[in-house]
Amino acid sequence: MSTKSTVSATILAGAVATALASFASAGPMTEAEAAAAMDAGKEKCYGVSLAGMNDCAAGPGTTCQGTSTVDFQGNAWALVQGGTCASIKVPGDRAGSLEPLTRDVPS
Amino acid sequence: MQPVDFQDHRHDVRIGYAADFAGPLLDPERPPPAFIAGPNGKAAKKRYAVYRNNVTVSLINALAATFPATLRITGVDFFRAMARFHVRATPPTSPLLFEYGYDFPDFIERYEYAGSMPWLADVARIERAWLDAYHAADAAPLPPQALASIPPAHLADTILTPHPATRIVRSRYPAVTIFAANRVGGPVTPIEASEPEDALVTRPGMEVVVRRLPPGGAVFLTRLLAGEPLAAAAEAALTDDSEFDLSANIAGMIEAGVFNDIRGGG
Repeated sequence: MSTKSTVSATILAGAVATALASFASAGPMTEAEAAAAMDAGKEKCYGVSLAGMNDCAAGPGTTCQGTSTVDFQGNAWALVQGGTCASIKVPGDRAGSLEPLTRDVPS
Repeated sequence: MQPVDFQDHRHDVRIGYAADFAGPLLDPERPPPAFIAGPNGKAAKKRYAVYRNNVTVSLINALAATFPATLRITGVDFFRAMARFHVRATPPTSPLLFEYGYDFPDFIERYEYAGSMPWLADVARIERAWLDAYHAADAAPLPPQALASIPPAHLADTILTPHPATRIVRSRYPAVTIFAANRVGGPVTPIEASEPEDALVTRPGMEVVVRRLPPGGAVFLTRLLAGEPLAAAAEAALTDDSEFDLSANIAGMIEAGVFNDIRGGG
């Protein structure tokens, strides 16, 4: 690879390691189960589940089912009926999102 | 019109008969083939019309089965009228009905009565991709360990083999949200999305899965699917969108089953 690349071997290796780490902590809901639920018209909705009630979450620290520690945690998701995620309103003028949110993430 | 000798079973004559018979089926302006006759040599216009109707309806039904969300959005009457125009303009080229409809999304894009729904063609493209993924060859997706086994120095040049079911549909509209809301039964709640959405369609097991790709994800995966090495694809994705998250996209592509093997590199 050329040296002018901005995506260095170090960055790539780090990214792959981080990506693989997310598979190391397989929770009670497997990838196949999550995929099957999505295929049944559900979608991952971030920022709408109560503390400890998330179906699964991405990101370091809180990696899986039932591990969210605050209500409506932005990087935790719950499975909801497809197409309804963005219309889910939670208290405090907050809404669900199909992408992980930065709000309500415990430090 | 060539006279047809029914005692002659040479292949080209039989093909010629079928071609002559089928020619006017999808064009109601054309008269039935001259060699079609009813009992006692009477004209068989109504009898031929039965064939004409069956062929047209079966193709419209095939489109309705392939594009259920599109149908749900437009309603049955609108959809069948639109499909009838398409069937007559673009007859199938394959005898397999599940291969019909590749040109339908482009037709929808040009269809003037669908102009108020500019996202409809993209929803149809996701539906066509869904059926492609459904009928694609079975293959086990790349396990996470496979990437872990590559020496870090070789990662940049790693090239991945696409899973046969993988499809990407890019949209300037929230096509994935609209697809997801209309592909299932039950009431549709208001859709508030307005952002462009890129769809990733995969079938890691028996079930087709449609996901929305994160920023830069479509460029990243399109490059990888085209056989570009990992570092070059990541570069292109970063150039496309500065919000591109490399580790999240790598995790996502493994989870979704976008690839099924490591082809080379290093």
